[in-house]
Order: sequence, then C-alpha cells, then structure tokens
Amino acid sequence: MFELLGVSKRFGATVALAPLDLRVQPSETLVLIGTSGSGKSTLLRLLIGLEAPDTGVVRFEGAPVRPAQAAALRRRLGYVIQGGGLFPHLTARQNVTLLARHLGWDAPRLDARVAMLAELVQLPKALLGRYPLQLSGGQAQRVSLMRGLMADPQVLLLDEPLGALDPITRYELQADLRNIFDALRKTVVMVTHDLAEAAFFADRILLMREGRVVQDGTFEDLLARPAEPFVTQFVRAQHAPVEARR
Amino acid sequence: MSAGGKFGPAIAVAARSFVLFALLAAGCAVAAPAPVKVGSKKFTESVILSELLTQLSAANGVPTEHRRELGGTRILFDALLRGDLDAYPEYSGTVRQELLPQLKGGGALGPALSAKGLGFLGPLGFDDTYAIGMPEALAQKLGIRRISDLAAHPELRLGFSHEFLDRQDGWPGLRARYGLARLKARGLDHDLAYRAIASGQLDATDLYSTDAEIAEHHLRVLEDDRHYFPTYEALVLYRADLATRAPEALAAWRRLVGQITASDMIAMNAAVKLGHRSEASVASDFLARKLSVRTAPVAAEGLGHLLWRVTCAHLFLVGVSLLAAILFGLPLGILAAKWRRLGEGVLAVVGVVQTLPSLALLVFMIPLLGIGTWPAIVALFLYSLLPIVRNTHAGLVGITPDLRDSAQALGLTARATLWEIELPLASRSILAGIKTSAVINIGTATLGALIGAGGYGEPILTGIRLDSAALILEGAIPAALMALTAQLLFGLAERWLVPRGLRIGKRSG
Repeated sequence: MFELLGVSKRFGATVALAPLDLRVQPSETLVLIGTSGSGKSTLLRLLIGLEAPDTGVVRFEGAPVRPAQAAALRRRLGYVIQGGGLFPHLTARQNVTLLARHLGWDAPRLDARVAMLAELVQLPKALLGRYPLQLSGGQAQRVSLMRGLMADPQVLLLDEPLGALDPITRYELQADLRNIFDALRKTVVMVTHDLAEAAFFADRILLMREGRVVQDGTFEDLLARPAEPFVTQFVRAQHAPVEARR
Repeated sequence: MSAGGKFGPAIAVAARSFVLFALLAAGCAVAAPAPVKVGSKKFTESVILSELLTQLSAANGVPTEHRRELGGTRILFDALLRGDLDAYPEYSGTVRQELLPQLKGGGALGPALSAKGLGFLGPLGFDDTYAIGMPEALAQKLGIRRISDLAAHPELRLGFSHEFLDRQDGWPGLRARYGLARLKARGLDHDLAYRAIASGQLDATDLYSTDAEIAEHHLRVLEDDRHYFPTYEALVLYRADLATRAPEALAAWRRLVGQITASDMIAMNAAVKLGHRSEASVASDFLARKLSVRTAPVAAEGLGHLLWRVTCAHLFLVGVSLLAAILFGLPLGILAAKWRRLGEGVLAVVGVVQTLPSLALLVFMIPLLGIGTWPAIVALFLYSLLPIVRNTHAGLVGITPDLRDSAQALGLTARATLWEIELPLASRSILAGIKTSAVINIGTATLGALIGAGGYGEPILTGIRLDSAALILEGAIPAALMALTAQLLFGLAERWLVPRGLRIGKRSG
C-alpha cells in the first residue's frame, strides 16, 4: 500500500523524523504510538502529503506522494483528526458530502451513501442536519469518520481520533470503530499515545521516540521482546496508574 | 446540488443588491455638462463673482455651469489648466505671488498667461487685498493702529487662514517685514476666524478688505504702514480657447470690467453673509441695476430638492468607490493571505495610503484626474481599500490549522477550498472590513465637495462659509443617517452572507 524509502523531515533545527524505511501492507491496521514529539503525527501527515519529506520518497500504490499534486490521491485516502476537524459553516451532512458533490455525484447516490454510512457509524439521521457546534464530541467524531469514508477510500488515516473525548464516549466509540474496521477490511493507519488503544486496534504497532522507530511489531512483541529499555519503560508508564491501585 | 453550496447563493444575493444599487444611482441622473464651466473658490465673494459670470453668459445664450466652492487657489488654477474649468475669478496679487512667481517683481500679466494658454479680463474694479484686523475695543485699549504696533505685543493670539499662514505673500513674509518673530499664529478656517474673534478666543486675524464682517464684528483694519501687501485687483482668468469656443461668453463677461467698486462688493458680500440671501439672487440684482441685464429669475433651491440632489451625488461617490474597493480589495486580501511575502508588501502599501490625510489624497488626485466626481471616487476608493484587504487577509490567515488540514486532506481543488471553505469561514471578518470601509467612506466623501464632487459636503462647506448651523446640519445629519443605514444594512447582510453554522452558539452537553 504505502512504501517509504529514506524519508526524513525536520522543522527548523528539530528533527521530526529521522531517515525511515517503512511498508504498510494492504488491509493491515497499523498503529503509530509514542510520546508527544515522537514524530508519529508527522509520519501520518507525510503519508497523505500534508508535509513533503526533506529526503527520501513516499509512495502510495507505487506512485510518489507530493503535496503539489496530491488532490487526486487524497480522494483515495480518508483522513480523520482529533476533534473531527468539521467545517463549522456546513451541516453534518454537508461536511460528509462536500467532496462527493464536487466529484459530481447525483442526489440518489449521495443519499444512499450517507444513509449507509450513518448506519455504519451509528449516527442518528436527525443529527445530519445539525451544525458541528450543535454536536457533542462523540457525534462530531462519527460525522468526521463518515466524511473520511464517503468516497470509499482504500486507506483510513486517523490522527488521535479518540483523543478529545471523555472516557465513556471514548469507550463506546472505540468498540464501534473496531467493528467498522472489521466490517470494511480497509488499510488503517492510526496515531495514538494510548497503549491500551493501540493494543485494542493494532495488527502491528510502531513505537516511536524522538523521530525514530524504536520497535516495529505486535503488542505481544512489545511486552515479551522489547527492542530496548525504553520500550519497557513506555509500557510500564502506561500501566503504572492501574498497577498502583492493585 | 450546486457546487457553490450555501455560499454561492449568498454571492448571488450580493451581486443582485449591487445591480439594484447601480439602477438607483442611474435614477439619480446626472445632467449633461454645460459647454462653459465657471469655478469659484470657497469664499462668498468668489461665489458671487462666478455667479455674475455664469448668469451673464447664460443670459447671452451660452449655457454655463457654476462649479461652486472648490478647495483652493491651486485646485482651481490646475483645473483651469487642465480644462476642467473655463474661467474663474482671481486676484492679480495671487497671480503674481503664487501662480506665476516670475511676475513677482512686476511685468505684464497677459503674455505670461497666454504662454500657458490662458487669458484674463479685468480689473473688475475693486481691490481685495489682505489686511490684518482686530477687535476695535482691544485695539483701542492697547493703542494699536498699525501692523508695526503688533511687535510690542507678543502675547496677542493670532489666527490665520491656512492659505495665508503658508503662502509666501502671507504670514511668513509679513512676519519678516515687520519683525513679528515673537508672535505665534495658528491656522484655522477663514470663516471660523470671525467666530473665534467674536467669542474672544482670537485677538487678530487676516481679512480681505471687502469682507462683510469688518463692520459686523466691529473690527479695526490695521494700517499696512510698511506697504507689505501687494494689490489684489479682482479679475477673471479664462482659457484662451474660449475665444473660439464661446466668444459670446467672453463678450458678455467683458461688460463687467471696471464695474464693481469696493463698496458694491462689500454690499454684495454683506447681502449674502449677513442678509442670508442667495449668491444667485444678489448677483442677479447687481446685473439688473448696474448693467441692465435681465437674467432668468432664480428660484432658491428647496430643501427637498437639495437633499435629493446631494444624496444622489453622495450615494454615487460612496457606492462606486466602495464597490471598486470590494472588487479590488477582496482579491488583494486573498493574494496577501496566500503568498506571505507579497502579503506583507500589499498590506504595507495600502496601509501607507491610509495614513495620507484624506484631504491631501484628494488634492494629489487633481493633477492626475482634475476636479469633480471621478478624482474624488478614486481617492475614496484608495481610502476604502485597507479595511477590506486587511480583514480579508486576517479572516483567511486566522483559519485554524486543523480546518486547513481537513480541507487539504479531503482532496478538494484549491479553487473549491477557497470558495467552499476559506471564504465562508472568513466571511464575518471580511464583512466587518467592508462595513468599516463603508462608514469611513461615507464620512470622508463629504470632503469631496472641496474638489467639486458634490455630496453632503456641499451644504456643509456652504454652511461653514455662511456661518449657518442649519446648512451644516443639512449635510451632517443625512451623512450620519447614511452611515447608520449602512451599518444597519450590513447587519442584515451578515445574516445572508455569514453562514448559519458560524452564527449559532455552542450547544451545552
């Protein structure tokens, strides 16, 4: 699906991403995890061409991804960010259908697709006429997911999609999201800083630190075969509050 | 569904309202220009003299337009050279001292003027020279009779017209000749100076020797004991091509030569300024009495007609300049937001334009575009740009990064992103900029009257000149009402143009 060769990125003096080789396989759910500033979001943004690499090349299905001519390519990728990134001046439905209307879909096709997606993400249809400011955080995130899926992309890219939600909403949406991934069998690349979330979703986890991939493997690999002490430290830090209560 | 989404129809509404405005402006039809155009300066005597010229040539079958109360000597002379005016009353001293400085030492006016394609008629008879006057009572108390007596009283508060304060043959020269370096003078409008004298805020001011107020305010005209002021004989400057274009007008005007005495002029000035008669009827009476010329009876313009006329003119100035400012300002603001380097330059340039005093900007327009409506519109246009450009830029730059990323990640074209996402999100800021521009524009447009553009400034200028609060209010109140209406209309426009999703409050829960 994606192939990265020698890709690096720096912002001023800060190295956001050290030279990196990576392949993302079709239909796998890859989770990028790490502390803030580890480069996980930068890596995601490179995949969709929101950033251009300083060195190396990002390929999607063999074609290089460049910000300048990425518009057509981005339509094959669904992108969902923390908080949803919904346009406040458009209703939920208009947010979802914006691109499709531009691609010239007719009304029956739009309606059918919206109905199908609302069903999939379990959004009550009455909410589709509301503006983002009238939606709760969880509802907004479901709408954002519909928007990302509208043009039936091959890949879903999610940047901390559950980051801004309260724990209960987060728990509900987590389960729904898992069901959606399972139903669609799409390639998913997701960024999170929460290890439990990563374990819940991931076929494969990329643990990152200061622009570098520390370990690339399954959740079990992280626990059983840590590549370096930082992995254990990271795992322990995430578990510590719960452990302390036992 | 249309690609324009919710914003497309809003644009259409805006376009339709501009068409409506254009029709309205067209309804305020502008009369065809008369073949001969006479100008006057913004003081009463000049208006009366031009009225005499206008009526004389009109009575001889030459339709003549009087462009009243233009801003100053330079504005009129430049307009004459450019052909925006065909004639205007001037004074020999002003020509020698200021307009044709090569004649300062003496020499004939004719050849120097004809070298510039001009001619003159005159002298008309009276001499309206500069003089210094102060309240009779104060002059008596201090024992001041001559200008040279002023040197012993540095505590006196002098107030001079801006023109007198600055020009070479005015205050700078007078101060040098009489050794008055210790006296301080400030500039103010000539007509306001009399009021300041009457209320005791000024002790002395510059006068014209035919001013009606000399008697009215009990002023003593100080003797020019060192013969500083040159003679200022009234005459008429005209374009030489008038001799072929409208010889009847020139022939008619020639009859005025030598006919107006100083007491005639003072009487006419007094009839207008103190007797509250119109310049037209005073001029008409003079022509009948002195030259036995019957002119068409002059009906005073009714308040309704005046308001309609100046409202139309004002609306035209504001509407055209604001529309142009929107058409140029929006794209400039968008460019500035898209290319940061360019943006800094654009904002700097429109910012500098904004810092120019509006009056100066108007005067800069004269050599380029002459006088009248269009130079005023260009100046107002330049003046209206900054708020629109700056708010468009700020509205676009202020869009949060997550929305920017979402738009980009969606795979919309740059054009669609601009129209569907960025402009709607910036619409509130853009509209606020246009509103600010409109209100500034409506106020500033009153200055357009100084270069003959008409509008609400016309009754305001006349009111200041005639010391008539009622006349000033006839311009000031409608101008304020127009600004309020504009505020109101933009408030309504906001409901049309700013998307609903941006106007609703956050729902709790």
